[in-house]
Amino acid sequence: MSSDQTFVIIGAGQAGGWAAKTLRDEGFDGRVIIIGDENFAPHERPPLSKDVLLGDAEKDSCLLWPAGTLEDAGIEMRLGESVTSIDPDSHTLRLGNGETLGWDKLMIATGGRARSLSVEGVDLDGVYTLRTIEDAEAIRSRLTEDASVLVIGAGWIGLEVAAAARKRGASATVIEVADRVCARALTDAMSQWVHALHEKHGVDIRLTTAFSHFAGDGKLRKAVLADGSEIACDIAVIGIGLVPNTELAASAGLAVDDGIVVDENGQTSHPDIFAAGDVTNHPNPLLGRRVRLESWENAQNQAINTAKAMLGDKQAYAEIPWFWSDQYDANIQMMGLPADWDQTVTRGDRDAGEFIEFYLKDGELQGAAAINNPRDLRFTRRMITSGKKFDAAALADPDVKLQKLMKG
Amino acid sequence: MSDVTFHAVATTGQLDEDEAMQVIVEGKEVSIINLGGEYYAMDDICSHAYASMSDGYIEGDCIECPLHGAQFNIKTGKAETPPASVDLATYEVKIDGDSILVGLPNG
Repeated sequence: MSSDQTFVIIGAGQAGGWAAKTLRDEGFDGRVIIIGDENFAPHERPPLSKDVLLGDAEKDSCLLWPAGTLEDAGIEMRLGESVTSIDPDSHTLRLGNGETLGWDKLMIATGGRARSLSVEGVDLDGVYTLRTIEDAEAIRSRLTEDASVLVIGAGWIGLEVAAAARKRGASATVIEVADRVCARALTDAMSQWVHALHEKHGVDIRLTTAFSHFAGDGKLRKAVLADGSEIACDIAVIGIGLVPNTELAASAGLAVDDGIVVDENGQTSHPDIFAAGDVTNHPNPLLGRRVRLESWENAQNQAINTAKAMLGDKQAYAEIPWFWSDQYDANIQMMGLPADWDQTVTRGDRDAGEFIEFYLKDGELQGAAAINNPRDLRFTRRMITSGKKFDAAALADPDVKLQKLMKG
Repeated sequence: MSDVTFHAVATTGQLDEDEAMQVIVEGKEVSIINLGGEYYAMDDICSHAYASMSDGYIEGDCIECPLHGAQFNIKTGKAETPPASVDLATYEVKIDGDSILVGLPNG
């Protein structure tokens, strides 16, 4: 399609990169400009808390495509630049250097930033959050054998940092205010398994433990807990979640409610402004509710879907959410966001660390979580959307193939 | 001399319909796939990240990577869906009795 239009994408992460590439793949030949405040080509973040932190991979391994791919597709890269405001009425935006750029359609893919703590000592050398390549490289450089690492928050990022610390020979302590690890994402039984995995690898996990502040002498020396007790440490990583970067959208007058509010095509409350990825609050027709997802797959697929919608090809974005984590030799995966279930069925060997839990309501699959069983877990996506009723005994029997249950 | 050498890698009884399995041919990881009673072979390692395609599920004419869901056409090796963009090599397959043979290029 021959076009003299300009499409601008704010954000050069997983969502921004895929949006730009999709516009070209779908034949859009107008101007495409990506503006990213990180000085790095579009990249994915899962390796940052895994292989990059371990030193097993360099940052270039996070690139979505080989260097130059987007430039060769005629996409203008404005990296290391930030957008300070959007004016929907005049279809312009302003950059940090004062320059004004016009756009016909705009995609906001600004993702999120690591939530931090406003406490004493948070600026000490050795206190980190983990979201960007710079964060990962800084933490990696400090994960030496003699390091004492404190992790605040037993969510995915925190546990992956603890795993990386132990693998690199550092000591690791995790403090968590809830009474179990990954309480928002995992069932009790799954939490216990993950907890035991970390204890087996020598992590000191302290639950129902409230943090107070950091102390040191320019360098971090210790963390002080709410009860006054202290934990000596020279690195602390705060892993307490993500704050969606909604400020630009909000100040442009777009609807924002725990993320930028978009419809099933990624369209915001302004018809020429779209959004995708971690920053969006979007309807999920399969779940029957709105969600804001912090997920690799959503950042990719919602961006692709939304880029197509920007070109007029509107198909409702509808996917069962899928997440994964890697810790030590355990691959942990979750399918769905089960809100309500009345039966949990386990298939496989918990003690051997290869099993899957199915969450059922009235026999229908609502979601699943698996340790070292990506194959079965992946298939549950089809089982969830099938609306079929499944027999608990058959699900629990590893000799019964899941495909067979779908055919039956 | 032909430019392909066939290697017996499995028997038809080992591979149910719409199933895949990994075999090692001359040190190379190859996935052999039974698609509706027809046999196909392609590189087993996903072109996007390190994962064994034979651990994935078959959907239509495609096999789906178990790690990130990229789909490849079983007959052509074409990368059909993101995140993969590089096709996988496919290999000729012959059935001799109940033997599955995979043809690897020489040299």
